Amino acid sequence: MTNTWQDIKNANVVVVMGGNAAEAHPCGFKWVIEAKIENGAKLVVVDPRFTRTASVADYYAPIRPGTDIAFLNGVIHYLLEKDAIQHEYVRAYTNASLIVKDGFGFQEGLFSGYNEETHAYDKSSWDYELDDKGFAKSDDTWQDPRCVINLLKQHVSRYTPEMVSRICGTPQDKFLHVCELIASTAAPDKAMTSLFALGWTQHSVGSQNIRNMAMVQLLLGNIGVAGGGMNALRGHSNIQGLTDVGLLSNQMPGYMTLPSDKNASFDDYMKTRLFQPLRAGQTSYWQNYRKFFVSFQKAMFGDAATQDNSWAYDWLPKLDIPLYDIIKAFEMMNNGQMTGYICQGFNPLQAFPDRGRTRSGLSKLKFLVTMDPLDTETSRFWQDFGPQNPAKSAEIQTEVFQLPTTCFAEENGSLVNSARWLQWHWKAADGPGEAKSDIWIMTGIYHRLRELYRKEGGAFPDPLLNLTWKYTNPVDPDPEELAKEMNGRALADLTDATTGVVTKAGTLLDGFAQLRDDGTTMSGCWIFSGCFTEKGNQMARRDATDPREQGIAPNWAWAWPANRRILYNRASADPEGKPWNPAKPVISWNGTRWVGIDTPDYGPTVKPSDGVGPFIMNAEGMGRLFARDQMADGPFPEHYEPLESPVDNVLHPKVKSNPVARVFADDRQKFGDAKSFPYVATTYRLTEHFHFWTKHALINAILQPEEFVEIGEVLAKEKGIAQGGWVKVSSKRGEIVCKAYVTKRIKPLTVDGKPTHVIGVPLHWGFTGQARKGYGANTLTPPVGDANTQTPEFKAFLVNVEKTTAPVTA
Amino acid sequence: MSDLQSQDYIRRSASTMTPPSARSHEDEVAKLIDVSRCIGCKACQSACMEWNDLRQEVGHFEGSYQNPNDLSPSVWTLMKFAEYENEQGNLEWLIRKDGCMHCEDPGCLKACPAPGAIVQYANGIVDFISDKCIGCGYCVKGCPFDIPRISKTDHKSYKCTLCSDRVTVGLEPACVKACPTGAIMFGTKADMKHQAEERIVDLKSRGFDKAGLYDPAEVGGTHVMYVLHHADKPSLYSGLPDKPGISPMVEAWKGVMKPLALAGIALATVVGFFHYMIKGPNEVTEADEAEGERVLDETEKTP
Repeated sequence: MTNTWQDIKNANVVVVMGGNAAEAHPCGFKWVIEAKIENGAKLVVVDPRFTRTASVADYYAPIRPGTDIAFLNGVIHYLLEKDAIQHEYVRAYTNASLIVKDGFGFQEGLFSGYNEETHAYDKSSWDYELDDKGFAKSDDTWQDPRCVINLLKQHVSRYTPEMVSRICGTPQDKFLHVCELIASTAAPDKAMTSLFALGWTQHSVGSQNIRNMAMVQLLLGNIGVAGGGMNALRGHSNIQGLTDVGLLSNQMPGYMTLPSDKNASFDDYMKTRLFQPLRAGQTSYWQNYRKFFVSFQKAMFGDAATQDNSWAYDWLPKLDIPLYDIIKAFEMMNNGQMTGYICQGFNPLQAFPDRGRTRSGLSKLKFLVTMDPLDTETSRFWQDFGPQNPAKSAEIQTEVFQLPTTCFAEENGSLVNSARWLQWHWKAADGPGEAKSDIWIMTGIYHRLRELYRKEGGAFPDPLLNLTWKYTNPVDPDPEELAKEMNGRALADLTDATTGVVTKAGTLLDGFAQLRDDGTTMSGCWIFSGCFTEKGNQMARRDATDPREQGIAPNWAWAWPANRRILYNRASADPEGKPWNPAKPVISWNGTRWVGIDTPDYGPTVKPSDGVGPFIMNAEGMGRLFARDQMADGPFPEHYEPLESPVDNVLHPKVKSNPVARVFADDRQKFGDAKSFPYVATTYRLTEHFHFWTKHALINAILQPEEFVEIGEVLAKEKGIAQGGWVKVSSKRGEIVCKAYVTKRIKPLTVDGKPTHVIGVPLHWGFTGQARKGYGANTLTPPVGDANTQTPEFKAFLVNVEKTTAPVTA
Repeated sequence: MSDLQSQDYIRRSASTMTPPSARSHEDEVAKLIDVSRCIGCKACQSACMEWNDLRQEVGHFEGSYQNPNDLSPSVWTLMKFAEYENEQGNLEWLIRKDGCMHCEDPGCLKACPAPGAIVQYANGIVDFISDKCIGCGYCVKGCPFDIPRISKTDHKSYKCTLCSDRVTVGLEPACVKACPTGAIMFGTKADMKHQAEERIVDLKSRGFDKAGLYDPAEVGGTHVMYVLHHADKPSLYSGLPDKPGISPMVEAWKGVMKPLALAGIALATVVGFFHYMIKGPNEVTEADEAEGERVLDETEKTP
């Protein structure tokens, strides 16, 4: 979230699209209700199904799964055509006026630079025209046809209401009414919040879905303000923390990226990370990358990381391919290239697409280690559970080690919530049986591995042997000690250049501004710096005082970065520093410094007249309507059909789907067509369950006991499917047999003149736990990933549905 | 169920004894359920199960999000989901938390023949005192909302207590505490009516002209009230009665039949008295004894 849960109450319009907040985030949803009751807000829901969120909405519009970009580009088209944008904001704070290189273009569904063979773009033309100082050229009058705003106008000109309706199946009047509600927040004192979740990410165009709405919000001046923002509702505790500490195969803590094998030396690596300002006087905060990186290396390797060995740069892995994510891991298992797998707090047999492929991958392993508080399906993949898990145990040689772990209530630690708050929690009970903490288990594995490397050597023992491990209890490090390591400390006496204040060696740092690139500081995760200072554990703070009752309680827990509650909050004020909305100010300029209820996302004494942009992480200091070379699939979002879709791409038939979506060669044959699989399916959660966990809890199992799919009345009648009757839903990957919920909440949509039916597939049931056994929605889903994040396309694919009888159970 | 005492009672089933009204100074309480902000998450159901330690067996999917399928001795509250297409052809998903309404004039209490098995407290809560329940099921017939359920195990009737055990010690009912959107509120009946008024103004401003409070006069008002978007058609909400009347049978029993029956009993007593005075006590003869033995023998032989 750019903003906070509480801040939702300041919104005038709440748009829930690409998520189902009431259902998946019922507790946080109270703030939407608060916005409605206390702020007169209108709630708008755009979703293929009439959801529980829709049940309390002021306005609902249906949409075909996987067509959000057509809808949102249509919204941008509407805003530009009606001139319903916040002009002063767009001019001052976005890159609307910057001039794009001549080489950039878009034709027949492809941006300039596409390579047919590698399915990738050469992105060198996706950039600004630079002057001789290396700064981006601009035209503040917006006359130059190569201005971002004019290119955007041209790009979205195809997305007329007729076209939107033709692609999305949303009736034109409903689309236009949603546009009207959204446009009402272009006024400087009105704000719209966008609440979204996996309904946007789990597409082959997932990142662009989100970017598309971010562009809408920039045009409306809704980023950085109270009640505005792009608010990703994180679905899994502690998934925000996972991304923050970089638990992804190509990431490092604090959104630094692992080197590739092209970055042979530390200098090569740094060259591609230090973003120099693209306009005069801009902050371009990533210029500090070296400080964050060196401090991280000091946290990892301690005294062994020195200037002479380039801060142990050579001990980091170098990626030979863009990433080794889970889709790739299972590809490698199936090809025999990966023979061991440690599966910590993760249940891929339920969670990853194309379940059959996951099961066959696990079956080929030599060993599998699972670490989980629950008896997961993954740890039982080898066992025959009847049609829901038809394993041939005798043929599987994988040795499975099932290590029970404690859960969050059985240990101290912190969780990062959607609003980026690190909230400390305290152990409430001992874990049952032989359960041990993840820290204890990982530490044990580490010590044994290191011992093996010490005794037996190995291809490359240095990183393990040089890892620093100075914990009071080296076999079970204390969570507080680990948190302090994340925060960072001074390794020598540090003198502040401006104030002259000395920070003594060994002292915990106050924040990342103190980090240095000369090896005199260490910090395990720079964005967390400030969470555990000499003043104590900031994450454990529980002062709910909210000075303006505006949803910002600065002394409740601690938010990264720098305890900032609203990102880009400089943009909440006009260029002179006066709040756009005087009724809900966040920060303002008092003549000498920035003051207000939040930590400024800006130099605290940088004068408004200096013209420093509010988007300090970006090299041009501006919000990007044109994303330069940062996205894999284009600087503007473009509508591509899901990899499995019932219709052609009416905009450009030759390029139907995202040309750079992540698809492995072997998996292309696993896509079905509309002839055999005529219906669009989408998967989702129900409020009664949390993923695949709560089916282990009796109360949740009672509240939603059994697998089902949702089918509209029209289709059910056509197929002779009775309410609560058995159906078989099949895709090219597999089939599930479950009950049917025949409902008015899913209506056939008219897409390009043809009726299109949508099938809803809730995802909670598996074959372990207290609820009734189910096949799992991921039996059906395709193994295709978003071009940028590789997130699988769970939200739009093709299936067939037939009436059947109950499965024969063992 | 209750920890409360007889001095808390204002009414007691099948009993002419007048409760002492010692707590008559107490405010009447009410639970207000704002259907327009309920998201159907079932936190109330799960809180009810937790607080009252109730666990229904894991059931089946039966064509709705409504799970378990029905109220039962171990399901005291239940979310009901109704898909409704309005006059404009737009869908509304009307979700209502069902359970005991705690009527001011409780049909169950009126119908109950077991003395003290159903009581009403000064705060308005209607409670079942299980150990006095004889499992006759009259309360089920008497309830205009189809709420009580008889246990097949102990043949006693069960329903929501409005968490009378919590309310007595100053806590809100468990469902109220758990509701994440504040759709379930609790307080004095006067305060709840005031809350409802504010909500109704908001709903009217959002185009629900017929928004209103459900506090049906037919049962003297209820201590569980709903804010409805369509107060003119309560039955849209999974059959909430438009006009919840107590069954005529129960009214007849308490109205015409009860005095008649009492008169019958009185008459039998009077006749018996005069019979005694005139004919003397009935005496058992030897022939009577022999006949008794024979009847008993025959009964025992019948399988």
